[in-house]
This record gives sequence, C-alpha cells and structure tokens, in this order.
Amino acid sequence: MNSVKDYRQEVLTLKKIIKRLTETYGPSGHEKNVTELIKNEIESLVDEVKIDKMGNMIAFKSGNSDKKVMLAAHMDEIGLIVTHIDENGFIRFSNVGGVSPYVLLGERVIFGNGVEGVIDKEKLDSIKELKLSKMYIDIGLSNEEEVKEKVQIGDVAIYKREFSDLDKRLVAKSLDNRVGCAILIEAIKGLKEVANDTYFVFTVQEEVGIRGAQTSAFGIAPDFGIAVDVTATGDTPEAKIMAVSLGEGPAIKIKDRSLITHPKVKELMVKVAEREEIPYQFEVLEFGGTDAGSIHLTRGGVPTGVLSIPARYIHTPSEMVDCGDVEYGVKLLSAILQEEIE
Amino acid sequence: MLLAELSEAIGVSGAEYEIRDLIREEIKEHVDEIRTDALGNLIVHKEGDSSLPTLLLAAHMDEIGLMVTKVEKNGLLSFKPIGGIDKRVLVSKKVVVGKDKIPGVIGAKAIHLQRPSERKRPLKIKQLYIDIGAKDDKAAKKVVNIGDTATFATKFSQLGPKTVKGKAFDDRVGCSVLMELLRNDYDFPLYGVFSVQEEVGLRGAGVAAYDINPDLTIVIEGTTASDVPGSKEHVYSTTVGEGPALTMMDMTIIPNRGLMQSIIETAEDTNIGYQFRRSTAAGTDAGRIHLLKEGIPTAVVSVPVRYIHSPASLLNLDDYEATKNLLNEFCKRLSSGGFNFEKDN
Amino acid sequence: MEGGLSLESKDFLKSLSNKTGVSGTEEEITKAVKEVFGDYIDESRTDALGNLITLKRGEGKESDKPQIMLAAHIDEIGLMVKEIDEKGFLKFTTVGGIDQRTLVGQEVLVYGKEVVKGIIGAKPPHVQDKKEQKQAIKLKDMYIDLGRNVKEVKGLVEVGDLIVVTREFCDLEGNRVSGKSLDDRAGVTMVLECLKELQRLKHASDVYGVATVQEEVGVRGATTSTYGIVPDIGIAIDVCHGEMPGVSDEETANLGEGPVIFLGPQVHPKLHKKLKRIAQEFDISYQIGTSTSPRGTDAFAIQVTRSGIPTALVSIPLRYMHTSVETLDLNDIKKGGRLLANFISQVDSEFVEGLRCF
Repeated sequence: MNSVKDYRQEVLTLKKIIKRLTETYGPSGHEKNVTELIKNEIESLVDEVKIDKMGNMIAFKSGNSDKKVMLAAHMDEIGLIVTHIDENGFIRFSNVGGVSPYVLLGERVIFGNGVEGVIDKEKLDSIKELKLSKMYIDIGLSNEEEVKEKVQIGDVAIYKREFSDLDKRLVAKSLDNRVGCAILIEAIKGLKEVANDTYFVFTVQEEVGIRGAQTSAFGIAPDFGIAVDVTATGDTPEAKIMAVSLGEGPAIKIKDRSLITHPKVKELMVKVAEREEIPYQFEVLEFGGTDAGSIHLTRGGVPTGVLSIPARYIHTPSEMVDCGDVEYGVKLLSAILQEEIE
Repeated sequence: MLLAELSEAIGVSGAEYEIRDLIREEIKEHVDEIRTDALGNLIVHKEGDSSLPTLLLAAHMDEIGLMVTKVEKNGLLSFKPIGGIDKRVLVSKKVVVGKDKIPGVIGAKAIHLQRPSERKRPLKIKQLYIDIGAKDDKAAKKVVNIGDTATFATKFSQLGPKTVKGKAFDDRVGCSVLMELLRNDYDFPLYGVFSVQEEVGLRGAGVAAYDINPDLTIVIEGTTASDVPGSKEHVYSTTVGEGPALTMMDMTIIPNRGLMQSIIETAEDTNIGYQFRRSTAAGTDAGRIHLLKEGIPTAVVSVPVRYIHSPASLLNLDDYEATKNLLNEFCKRLSSGGFNFEKDN
Repeated sequence: MEGGLSLESKDFLKSLSNKTGVSGTEEEITKAVKEVFGDYIDESRTDALGNLITLKRGEGKESDKPQIMLAAHIDEIGLMVKEIDEKGFLKFTTVGGIDQRTLVGQEVLVYGKEVVKGIIGAKPPHVQDKKEQKQAIKLKDMYIDLGRNVKEVKGLVEVGDLIVVTREFCDLEGNRVSGKSLDDRAGVTMVLECLKELQRLKHASDVYGVATVQEEVGVRGATTSTYGIVPDIGIAIDVCHGEMPGVSDEETANLGEGPVIFLGPQVHPKLHKKLKRIAQEFDISYQIGTSTSPRGTDAFAIQVTRSGIPTALVSIPLRYMHTSVETLDLNDIKKGGRLLANFISQVDSEFVEGLRCF
C-alpha cells in the first residue's frame, strides 16, 4: 500500500518526465531526440533495446510465458515542413500530420536547430479563405540567402510552447503522444516482472499514417497488442457528442476509424480495471486512428486494443490531460502486463 | 528514342500488355533474370556481389485511362475513368481503344446546340462518349468489348530544342531512365521493377518488392511541375529545367534520411543540379515499398513533368539526362562501397 | 436443366440474415456457418481476427496441389451506442456505411447486458420549421428510445454496445427474397452451394471457404486471412447493385440473370476469362460487371497480399444495398455456386503456373 507521500512522489516523477518529453523536438521523421531521452530512462531496466530501420525503438523485457505482447506509444508529433523560401526570406510550408491553419495564426514555431519563427497569413478577403498555402513563417531575417544559412527546404518546425503544470491537469504541446510514452516508461520503471515476453515499442511516424507501428509489428509478430495514445473528449462547451471526459479514468477503446477492439482484449482490460479498482470509461471515437490500426492487421492478425488517455485540444500547442487519468493509465497498463496471455 | 516508344505504347492500369512487352523486349538481353508476377509486374534481376547492398529501382509502367463500360445502341461507347483524370481534359480528344488500338474520338454537343449557361459548366463523364464510328451496337461489339481500356492517342514529338511532349510521361519517363540504367553493369545485386496499377492505388510495386526484400529502394517517377502562369512560385512543386526532384515528404512517405543524404552528396560531388519536390501532396509506389515487412529504406527521384495525367505532358531532356546521370553516379558509388548502408541478412 | 436453390440453402441464408453479426462481433454467424459447412469440409479453424477458415481437401498431388480461397464476408453494417444522455436516450454512430435517411422510424435491437428493443426517433415534423422539414434528418439529430428511464437504461446499456435494425427475412414473389445483411451472407450461401456441388465433382485443388470478418469497415478480415492461407487463387464473392429505376445500367446487373463476373484492375484477366468460359461451357447464365477502382470488396485486400494473389470477383445482384430490405434472386446464388464449383474442378497446377505469365 502506498503512503500519501509516496503517491505525491509518483505524481511528481510523472510530471517531470512528461515535461521533459513534451519539451523535446520530435516531429514525424525526426524522432531522434525523443528516442535518446527515452533510451536513457529505460535502457538499464529492460533486457534489450534496439532501434529498427524505420527508427522505432523496441525495448524488450522477457517474461514467464513466451507469448509476445506488443505495447506501442508513438513518439512523433505534428509539425510544419518548409516547402519554399522567397527572396524576402519568408518561409512557405506544408503540414506534417494534422495541423489546422486556424490554430497556427499568431503561433510561434521552432526548428530542430533552435531557430524560431512566427506565423502569419497573406491578406485575405475572408478568414474562410485561410489555408496553409496562404501562410508563412517569418524567422526575422531579411532575405533568402540569410534564411538559407539557417533553414533549408525540407526542414521541419514544431510549436514552440513550454509545459504548464495546472496541478490537477497538465497543458503542453505533443501530449499526443508523449503522455503515452511516459506511461510506457513509468510502467517499465515500476515493473519487476512481466507475465509474457513484452515489447515496449516507441513508434515513429504515427501522425503521417501509422507507419512505424506497421513495420515494428511485422518484425515482432506479437500475439497480443495494446497501443497507448490520447483520445478526444466530449466534455467541453457545445462539443461533438462523445462520452469521454477528463478525470474519469483512462479510456478503453471500443472503436475508431482504424480499429474495432478485439473482444478478448476489451474483456481483459475491463477485468483488470475492475479487479484493481481503476476507474475507466469506454471510448467510441468517430474519427482518427492509432498504432493499433496497423498492429491488428499485421501478418495473420493480432488481437489488439487501445488504452486511451482523454485529452482536450488535441493537435494544438495546448493539449490538456488529467494527472489522475495518466496515473491510473500507468496502473492499468502495469496490471495488464501481469496477466498471462492465452 | 526510347522515351518516344514508351510514351506511345499503351498500358492503362490493369491492362499493361503492350508497354510490358515493349520493355521486356528491350531489356531482356541486359539482365540475368526476367519474370512477371501474379499482378503482371515485370521484375528483372542483375546479379552482383552479395556483400554489397541489394538495390531495387522501381518505375511504374501503367498510365491513367478509360474503361469501356457499355456499348450504346447507337454504337457509342460509355466509359469510366481509371486513375485520377481531370474530366475537363477529355472532351475533343482522340483516343485508341483496346488491344487492337481502334481509333476513336471523344465528342460532345456542339457549341451551337448549348445554352450559354451550359458552356460554363464542365462536362460530366456521363455526358461523354467515345465514338469509334460504328453505326450501331452490333458493329461496335465486333471490335470492342466491355472492359476494354482506352487511352489518349498522343504522338510523341520534340517541341523546343530541349523539350518534348507526349502522353504518360508519368511514369514512362521513369521506365525509360530505369531501362537505360539496366544496360550498365554495377557490382551490387540490382533489381528492377516495372510495376502495374500505381495509378489505381499503388497496388503493384509493394507486391513485386515483397519477395525481393531489398536493402535500399529508389522509386523513379515523373512528377508534377506547376511552374506555369497562374501559379505562384511557392506552389510550383517542381520547376522544369532545374534537374531531378528529390521528394522530401509526400502523402505516402518520409524518405529514409541516410539514403536521401547519399543521393544529395552524389549530386553535389558530381555537380549535377537537383531540386526538392516542394510539395507534400500525392504519393508514389515508394509509400508501399518502404513499409513492407520490417521496413525498407526508400527514396524517390523524379523528372519534373508539366500537365501529368492529361493527353499531352511536357518535359525537359536535360532534366531527363541529369536524372539518369545522378542515379548512375549513385549506383557507381554504391558499387565501390562508397556508402555506409547496413546490409540486411 | 437448372433447379432452384435447395430449401436447405435457402434456410441457411434465412437464418444467417436473421442473426446479428456487426463488424467486429461476428461469432454468432461464424458458429452457424461452421455448423452447416461441417458436412462438406475436412477441417476448419478461426484465426486471430475471427475469420472462419474452412478447408475441403482436393485430390491433387500434395506437392503441387493448387490452393483456392473463396472469401465471402459475414459481417454486417450496424450502429453503436456513443452516449447515453441524462434522460436515457441513446446517441449512436454507424459501423460501416449507412444511409442516414433509412434509419428514422426503424425498430432496433440494442445488444446490451441483454438484448433490448428500441425505436429510432427524431424530432417530429409538427414541431420542425419549414426549412427543417425539407432536409433529411441527420444522424446526429436521431436517437434511440428504449422506453425506459435513465436508471434502467444505464443498468442495461453501455457506451460501445451494438445496435441492429430489426428485420425478418421474407419471401417475395417468385425466387426473390428480402432481408437485412444479405450483403454478404448471400455470398456465404454461394460458397455453401459451391461446396455442395463439389461433393460430386472431382477437384485437384484444396478449397478454402473463408467467412471473412470486418469487410464493411475496411476489408480487414480478408487482409489477415489471406496472409495466413497464401492461396494460389483468391475469389471474392460479394453483392453488387441490382437494376432499378433512376440508376444507370452501367452500374447495375439484373436480378435473376446469373452471377456477375467482374472485370477491372483488381481482377486477374485469365481468371475472368476462365470463369466466363466455364459459365458458357456449363450453360450457366452470367453477367459481366466492370469496376475501375479496386476498392469495396475483399478482392481489394486479397490481390495485394504478400507477393500478390491472382484474384477474381463474382457478385450477386442485389437491390437497396446497406438497408434492412436488401432484395435478391435466389437463383443467382445457385448459379454462382455451380459456376465456382465447375471452375474449381477444372483448375490444375498448370493453370496456376500460367497466372504468373503475362
């Protein structure tokens, strides 16, 4: 039984790792910094860490049963890729993953080498005409030559935004899906043993089409899969109807565009949550997908589910999650890893 | 000229007969093995030193086109598009139908018979027919079957001193570059895939590459150049005459960074001008190939082409030569162990 | 002379149509199929996603015995609870493609802790303004009324529970029948017909009759089952649109005039040709369908599995697809079964070899 003090300590550690993860640069295709950070955290705690050809980091912990469980949390975040630099030094860009032009207005961004810029738009007759091709990044230099010394076509910028601790809730960019990475890391740290051979996979390129999970799952050929990712909520003013709220526990996904959760996986997750007295909610997401979409269609098929962390304002610089949901997420995942898979 | 023959050959997605036969005839003497697979991909192999990385070069041989879906009582042919065709380019074009290349025209109601408001609206596919001159359905069915494909009857020719026009440069230009490269001998094991059905959802190349399991793949494409009036510079994507275009990211792939870097180094060391494909729209066979099995490092090199997917596209022969030279230099360097790629066993 | 569809096969279709098996929860259907297929096959198994894979062995030499896969999907479109509101009304989403206009006023079954009856309701026209009345009622404005209070509802139903429209299979005039989810349980019935025919025909090939899952949400079952089987030939059996007023006959086939042998990029030309030839040889009426995009049936997934599978598509004409009153002609199923069986009995390793020669 944990004391209150231990619990406070746990929350602090969790917040600290989430802060570090969300303040790290790692858009799709450029996940190296995130990989390094996570590797340092977990390397000594697992039997093996390897990075595959796509850049996925696979941490392996052997279990009592040789059934293979694959857990996946994607490391990449959305971003903006440079497509053109004009003679006055303005940078044109396209999206890496789902970025709304409206969210970008007035936003500051930062490149991998630390160069910062601000975003604005061409003159528009109506704000409805706003699209990415009418927007640009200004890095404060006056011509093409100067800019090209710092930024090249193909470079990727991300939101520049620091982590905020609102006590009960956390706000940061890229909580989608660094919060998932944090849950895997904390699970690894807390676990002495796992029931099955367990592959903790920190995947790449989820935001551009669930790519890293596809190749890593092929290599692992798991018997069972769980993706850990964020999901939307329906608990904000006049929101799209969705029965998921912040603070009511991690969500067990039933369905999204990429997956219908295997009944066996759903049952196991529910059984464990009930037994451990972990609050949970069921999630029916009418859009989007996660790494589970790729994993369950690997080779001859893999029973797969998703442990979701409810998050507001997904894909903005200020995504919000509830600390309790994350805590319970770690507990639920850790308890599932003690279950022997048939 | 090889490109001329390739451009004029027919081969709509799923019916790549003529183009495949043409390519097979031209290259069979230069390769160690040549075969087709269950979808009709043409796969060739040149043996090499197995301690060097195996390279796959891929170009798709299919083109967009039309499929005859019904023979009308009056002998006209109804059709549906295969692949992404802008319906507005179809009217008043000459086409050829089926394996026997029956000539036909796509006609529409004359301007005299149209209301002024009609003239502003694009014609729907349903309002268009192929007319092969058959007097009724019986006559038409003697030479055309439902399911036959049709493509534009565009002749290849030189325009300016450096530019040529023709149909289907996407991706016959890639086929042409690949065929020329296959005539050379390199030390590493080399596979060439002329894939089918790229235009209907990138279906052929992934299947062809599955058993090859190469260490590296380069897809050779003909890609959009929008350096034309009405486009601002930041939406050109590629510019004709500025050399081969390297894909930095599209809807289907973020190319392998190491492989991209080696291609760029090769270009810079050999003074071959190149450009980036400055758009993230659309996709190529590379999207399928790089996600096969545990992942295959893949990049895309394209010749800029204006007016792709239309009856007449245009490219610059210097771009063509530079693309070929760049890939040749890359292969030469790969032969001499000039790159540090992991060899997968 | 051709007889009609046997009573046993018709009853099979009827029982499948009346059962519930929305994408992702097809066990009840799998069980029923396994039971009836049992008499005609040598073995069966269920894979990780729930596909039922049955095998009827052929007489060919073990070393070069062609493997033929027949795939028909057993899942049906449906609805899913996405929220229970404070009064106990259920808000719902769709599983698979459903025309929202067909839903208002339907009776439904909600698969909660027990099966609960309900009605799909919407704001009555009397209280809608003129503009509203002219527009189709949107899915987001519909709800399911279980006629119970919120406490009762929450005791019975959870977010994620499945819902189907209630509809009994029924006979229409002649050989025509109507019901829900004939797409694609009629296809499964065609596979049964084929297996029955094969009882009296010699065949060298191993025949995999596969009842695939999750077709309606993205041909997922066919993706994994084909990967596991690696057939030499894959034939997807599905439904296509039947002729009706207001729809161009390029898009449709006629009910009762035989199975539709499809053409298009997803179909191997030699398989198409052979199927057509078999139909002519055995005097089985057939129709030709064209499809310029490979999407929409299991053939889409089968063809590009591993290093490529020669694939064909045979369809049953069906009206009012993805509604609860899908209508078809039983003779088309019978004829399709005969076509497939005779095709299979004529496949040998030499023919399979030829499928890779273009």
